[in-house]
Amino acid sequence: MTFLLLLHLLAAVLAPVLVRWWGRQAFLVLALVPGAAFGWVLTRIAEVAGGGEVRESVPWIPVLDLDIALRLDALALLFAALVTGVGALVLVYCARYFEPDDDGLGRFAAQLVAFAGSMLGLVLADDLLLLYVFWELTTVFSFLLIGGSGGRLAARRAASQALVLTTAGGLAMLVGLLLIGQASGSYLLSEVVADPGGGTVMVTGMLLVLVGAVTKSAMVPFHFWLPAAMEAPTPVSAYLHAAAMVKAGIYLAARLAPGLADVPGWRPVLLGLGLATMLVGGYRALRQTDLKLLLAFGTVSQLGFLMVLVGAGSRELAAAGLVMTVAHALFKSTLFLTVGVVDHATGTRDLRRLSGLGRRLPVLAVVGTLAAASMAGLPPLLGFVGKEAAFAALWDAGLADRTAAAVVLTGLVVGSGLTAAYSARFLWGAFARKPGLPDPAPSELAHRPGALFLTAPAVLAVAGLAGGPGSPLLEPLVARYADTLPLLAPEAEKLALWHGWQPALALSALSLLGGAALFAVRTPVSAAQRRVAVGASADEGYWNVLQGLDRLSVLVTGTTQRGSLPAYLGTILVVVLALPGTVLLTRAPWPGEWRAWDTPVQALVGAVVLIAAGLALRINQRLSAVLVVGVTGYGVAVIFALQGAPDLALTQFIVETLTLVVFVLVLRKLPKDISERHLPRERVVRGVLALAVGGFMGAVGAVALASRTAAPVSVGFPEPAYDFGGGKNIVNVTLVDIRAWDTLGEISLLVVAATGVASLVFLRGRTGGVERAGGDVLAAPDAPGGRAPRGRWLAASVTLDPERRSVVLEVVTRILFHTILVFSLYLLFSGHNEPGGGFAGGLVAGLALVLRYLAGGRYELGEAAPIAPGLVLGAGLLVAGSTGVGGLLLGAEVLQTAILETTLPVLGDVKLVTSLFFDTGVYLIVVGLVLDVLRSLGAELDRQEDEDDPIELTPGEVVAR
Amino acid sequence: MTPTVVLPVLIGGLYAAGVYLLLDRSLTRVLLGFLLLGNATNLLLLSAGGPSGGAPIVGISEPEEMNDPLPQALILTAIVITFGVAAFLLAMIHRSWRLVREEVVGTDEEDRRVAARKATDRDELDPDDLAPDDRPAAHADSLHAPGDGDAEPLADDVHLPRRRARR
Repeated sequence: MTFLLLLHLLAAVLAPVLVRWWGRQAFLVLALVPGAAFGWVLTRIAEVAGGGEVRESVPWIPVLDLDIALRLDALALLFAALVTGVGALVLVYCARYFEPDDDGLGRFAAQLVAFAGSMLGLVLADDLLLLYVFWELTTVFSFLLIGGSGGRLAARRAASQALVLTTAGGLAMLVGLLLIGQASGSYLLSEVVADPGGGTVMVTGMLLVLVGAVTKSAMVPFHFWLPAAMEAPTPVSAYLHAAAMVKAGIYLAARLAPGLADVPGWRPVLLGLGLATMLVGGYRALRQTDLKLLLAFGTVSQLGFLMVLVGAGSRELAAAGLVMTVAHALFKSTLFLTVGVVDHATGTRDLRRLSGLGRRLPVLAVVGTLAAASMAGLPPLLGFVGKEAAFAALWDAGLADRTAAAVVLTGLVVGSGLTAAYSARFLWGAFARKPGLPDPAPSELAHRPGALFLTAPAVLAVAGLAGGPGSPLLEPLVARYADTLPLLAPEAEKLALWHGWQPALALSALSLLGGAALFAVRTPVSAAQRRVAVGASADEGYWNVLQGLDRLSVLVTGTTQRGSLPAYLGTILVVVLALPGTVLLTRAPWPGEWRAWDTPVQALVGAVVLIAAGLALRINQRLSAVLVVGVTGYGVAVIFALQGAPDLALTQFIVETLTLVVFVLVLRKLPKDISERHLPRERVVRGVLALAVGGFMGAVGAVALASRTAAPVSVGFPEPAYDFGGGKNIVNVTLVDIRAWDTLGEISLLVVAATGVASLVFLRGRTGGVERAGGDVLAAPDAPGGRAPRGRWLAASVTLDPERRSVVLEVVTRILFHTILVFSLYLLFSGHNEPGGGFAGGLVAGLALVLRYLAGGRYELGEAAPIAPGLVLGAGLLVAGSTGVGGLLLGAEVLQTAILETTLPVLGDVKLVTSLFFDTGVYLIVVGLVLDVLRSLGAELDRQEDEDDPIELTPGEVVAR
Repeated sequence: MTPTVVLPVLIGGLYAAGVYLLLDRSLTRVLLGFLLLGNATNLLLLSAGGPSGGAPIVGISEPEEMNDPLPQALILTAIVITFGVAAFLLAMIHRSWRLVREEVVGTDEEDRRVAARKATDRDELDPDDLAPDDRPAAHADSLHAPGDGDAEPLADDVHLPRRRARR
């Protein structure tokens, strides 16, 4: 069975290719796939009818205990045969329905085959969640098939309507399935039905599942999506919206009825809705002038009928329901296919424009008549057998509650009368000669249907005809399912065409006569229907709800989103002050005692920092503002050092310097002053808010510290840091071992930031390295071999204008560059035991690059680091990541440190800690970050200025502003 | 643990200055505010580590005297990340200036447009407002009023395209 599903999947994937090769003939090949599945299903009949079942299970998501559990029992077999058989015939039909030059055929074919596979999976699934997955897959493919190419508004709306309704039902069903799974203790359908459990949870779950079944099978009040779905091409209507998908709800009800029919609420919901749907659908079908819509409302009506039968939960009605399901699939898809042929031949489906078609297309007329007769319930067709069985069952027993049985029986007889009436209306509308219309109308046939085109409807119609007399052959299968339900009558009636003279026969005759009478007086009936028509309908209600949602969302969005970032931030901050702030003031334990400072120097530095921060608020000159903010950064570095954090102090000093440099690189492109854009009133509000937030945060820090009672987790760090981490610098060991996962995430963020910087600055083409000067630029004519030429201390500084060069800086750079690099490596290697590490080392190396760039310009940067920053970043991430994998390979945890100690000649005792490699990755990423920033904000900005690079977009190019 | 006076005051002051700048419309000031907030937050973390102590390096200080190494590790990565994000913001400022000659956080025009809509405005959702050919099939009982003309005795809730839905 899994193989069959995979076959459908493969066919769906290949379908576009096949259609490209062979055009519409590809449908014939694709039909082989459901055809093969149909053949396989047929071979299992003997086994299943004999009481066996076919099971398969493939593990899928072991964590969720979710398997691809498939099970073929009698019920599944009947539905699977319908799904695959009708599917194959519809695909054959498609090969002639579409014109060879139709667009989008490949997509359509793929979706149709994929749908066939999903539907097959749905009826075979034995796992509740797997059932749900296939259920939603059919919804999605139905959406795609209804929407078609998406070129027509009406189709899009119909598609989205079907999607919204069936998905909403599907989601309710998912919750219901989970509840049922919880209540019964198993997620296997077979086990749930065998032992459903009970209680409120079960009732709720059952009702939610029924919401799914009811929406999918287009019951009142959700029936309107089905007629709207007639926007889809006719083969889709024949398959999805007559034979297969809309039967999913019926299938689910039939599947659960043996276990859940006695749960309170089941029968009222299904019988009530089913009956209402049958009557509403039949009534509205009588009013349609479009043949396809007539059939659509007829389908709605028949689905209601089926839901009543399978939902009743008794053996007799369930058997009738199964027969009716088969009959309906056969006659309704035949009728849709017939309409498709009519449409194809005449170019219209409007019964007011068709006349005398029966004589011109006799074969089609016969096919259509057979199917419509089955729909009306005329003997000797299968539809008659099913209806007769239903009437007989309800007359004798069928429902334990006799009053309910009487009501339901009355409803069914009336509904069958309507069915007979619209069946006649269909035949009359499609094939009869009509007074007042030219005969024949339309006068010319656009296409004459060929033999292959008529094959599918003919086969289905003949099957319906043969099914009547042959219904005893269905008996073993039907009984195999029906026997799982309680029998209310004294003995079970066998399926047969003729049961002798009995009350049910009279009821059948009554409904047929009623239908004939309704058809005979069709003109007054139409007039009456028009008179009582009301403006309200479920469909209107649906659109009104959607409009209401739309208005509400406009209101909410318009009220809350004013488009001003300061306003949003202000709102967030006010909430912070209002909620946690109130708690802080009212509930928090205030510190009992305070110390003035850790050291007096701390207070002194703090004062400097505060003054600098205050200045930053009022300074309008960009560079000065940046400098005072830099002062706060350096001050904080001093405080770090005072607090006992040499690593932090080192890192902060370097970062502050780098930040200043990068700022200056960008600020040279911006105007000198920041323009003031705020009113004094706004500044006051900002000030008040800022002071409040500042006070709040300061208090939070103090209160948090004072109320701390537990010992810090890091108390236990020092010893294991050395024993397991192999390092004396606990901060570094924390970074590369204890909390290495964090660090891995953080360096990934650096990679993203660096890539982002480059993406923003380079308008096009972010990848690649720093541009290097060509050989001819560098080959200065006065360079004698061997010695560094006079005046050329750096590789590419000659490319700078003379007035921008500084010999002192060049000499210093020449002397210091390699020294700094060596120092950065020293920091990297020693960082495990002394202040330093990958972050600090990488930043120092970055400083060396900054020096080269500042001294020698953008080409100098290219000479100093002739490599793409992206490569450095990627290599760093790779090294750090593979260290983690290395830990796994050595049999330890991811990112766990291994200590390798050995004695080597010359070097003596060597101790290598694997986290060094991780730190090397960090080092590379930090270097890559600095290099990428320099390349983007330095070299690229230089280039744009040098080359006066205008932003000229090629046609069609988009640059996000 | 006993808090100091200096650190909370310093933290509060930096937060206040940072928030004030962050609420500005100039992107440069927003970035400066961001940097101040970064420093303030790092100090907040540091102060959570308790009173000052020795460097957390085995062999240099005794474990009891060490300053808490955990906040230090957190701050260390935070410092470098702040640099990366600051560079990103700078690149944004530059791009904004290069392309539109502005470095301000403007008002989101789309938001403004939504806000300007009346609540009663709606998207074209009601099928009755659509051209007949655009209505979903079988849309509701939009029967023609009596007297619309006898040419269509059952002018109906039907609106399918006349031709098969192709293309």
